[in-house]
Amino acid sequence: MKINVAMAQMKPRKGDYAANLQRLGDLFEQLEEDAPDTQVLVLPETALTGYFLQGGVRDVALPRERFFADLLRTYRDRVSRPDAALDICIGFYELDDGKYYNSALYATLTACDPETEAALPPNVPAPPTAAGIRHVHRKFFLPTYGVFDEKRFVSRGRNIDAFTSRFGTVAVLICEDVWHSITATIAALKGAQVLYILSASPGREFSGHHLGNVTRWNVLLPGIADEHNIWVVYAGLVGFEGGKGFTGSSQVIDPWGNTRVVGPVIEECLVRATIDLEDVATARAASPLLADLEAALGDVMMELEEVVRNRR
Amino acid sequence: MNRLPMVCAPPFDPDSDENLRVNEPLLTEWLVAFLRDEIIRRRGFRKAVLGISGGVDSSLVAFLLARALGPENVHGFRMPYRTSSRESLEHAALVAEVTGIHMHTIDITEAVDGYLRFAPDADDRRRGNVMARMRMIVLFDQSQRLGTLPVGTGNKTERLFGYFTWHADDSPPVNPLGDLFKTQVWALARYVGVPEVIVNKPASADLIVGQTDESDFGISYPKADRILFYLLRGYTVARLVEMGFAEHEVALVKKRLDSTHWKRHLPTTAMLSTTAINEYYLRPVDY
Repeated sequence: MKINVAMAQMKPRKGDYAANLQRLGDLFEQLEEDAPDTQVLVLPETALTGYFLQGGVRDVALPRERFFADLLRTYRDRVSRPDAALDICIGFYELDDGKYYNSALYATLTACDPETEAALPPNVPAPPTAAGIRHVHRKFFLPTYGVFDEKRFVSRGRNIDAFTSRFGTVAVLICEDVWHSITATIAALKGAQVLYILSASPGREFSGHHLGNVTRWNVLLPGIADEHNIWVVYAGLVGFEGGKGFTGSSQVIDPWGNTRVVGPVIEECLVRATIDLEDVATARAASPLLADLEAALGDVMMELEEVVRNRR
Repeated sequence: MNRLPMVCAPPFDPDSDENLRVNEPLLTEWLVAFLRDEIIRRRGFRKAVLGISGGVDSSLVAFLLARALGPENVHGFRMPYRTSSRESLEHAALVAEVTGIHMHTIDITEAVDGYLRFAPDADDRRRGNVMARMRMIVLFDQSQRLGTLPVGTGNKTERLFGYFTWHADDSPPVNPLGDLFKTQVWALARYVGVPEVIVNKPASADLIVGQTDESDFGISYPKADRILFYLLRGYTVARLVEMGFAEHEVALVKKRLDSTHWKRHLPTTAMLSTTAINEYYLRPVDY
């Protein structure tokens, strides 16, 4: 199965959800005009609010259903083809059951609802699928050091799941989640063949060829893809928030660890690539590291349990 | 005996500036993007003003602003006092000539002396503070007149040393250099094309005739920056001495750093509630 993915690295207006939603509508229009074959659109962490909000998280956090409804309404307002459909993976601040989270929504958007679809003339094609929320991942590791202060304002997620999408079994992780190699390992063990990573990574340290944090990502992302032989799709926020600039670099890495495409560090842009899920099996046949891990998982678990036991 | 060849890690060199080196092209691109984002996108201004002293910090900011906004949108202000050096004025003019920014000159002597007539006993420190604050009055007022945003030029070393007048040099709302040590400012200034005559001269606040920063500090910028680099990362004084830094120099830098934390903060407010601003009620500057 081939999947056309697009990563939008945009500068949100800080705390202005309505304006950013409007901007997303512009993007839906652009995709329909310039890249109508796009199947999955990926946007960064906190894409429609900005990242460093402190107590402002309370002002902008939404229940997932409301967020999805806003995305769906915007999509239907802005696309004209009645059979249009798009999967979207996007970061947002979530309010659920009295708690706030730094979350990522994976959902399917369609150009028309079932009632409209029923009324379509027989010669007009309908969307290939129904709209709906497919998955929400809540950030598992909340950075709370240096410039980061997430634990003060949001609760941490408790799960790392792979789920079935229209385009294969996939998983979503957010920024620091990925700086711990075990999260991607869990996602791969649960069957993910594509790992979507949403990020808001502030640039720091200018002594090397790349920014220090970009260098770190450039090690992490190919490492994950190559170790587990999965596709890695990374979307990074851009723009400055209070002097802290985010380092874009949205990219796609193939299951051998090769970077297929990478966006700029500073500028807004749309990064596109076609990924082929068949490559996962091909890569794994030559490098069965995930199968080796699955075979040894019982012993790995015992080692981990011993670590946990000895900590108490 | 068949000996193996040895490959050894080099010993630590306290005189090396390797840790302070920066990727100048990347850093320039970043700071230009920062200025555009902060001034145009976030705050809605097209133009900026800055004080041009003729020193390397303000010269570098003038070069960066000229790239970020276009030289026609940058207004530099020379604000000499009667004791300011002629060389400073000439170097400020040179910056305007090379960058193409607008240059204005407003002599602050009458304004400063007008106040100092009521403070005839003021020592050099007080007089210097009055001059620095007067320059900010002028800069902010001219900024209002021109419909622009004032941009600051203080570097990280002087911020860490508290070597500035509180709520004067540090008051412009945007500063591209505040996280760059002085030696990094020199490197970046050379890269963007600040004239060598400005980069190579001894840094001076020029508040007192013949004054230089390094004579005020009692340590050179390169030495201070190398020590600050490690102190800020949490190295102890004892560890730095063990690494080969001179004990009296580490102590001097540490004392300067520890005695000036207050200058890097807003005024201390008595906290009385669970909605105290910036204690409980937290919103970022750009929210």
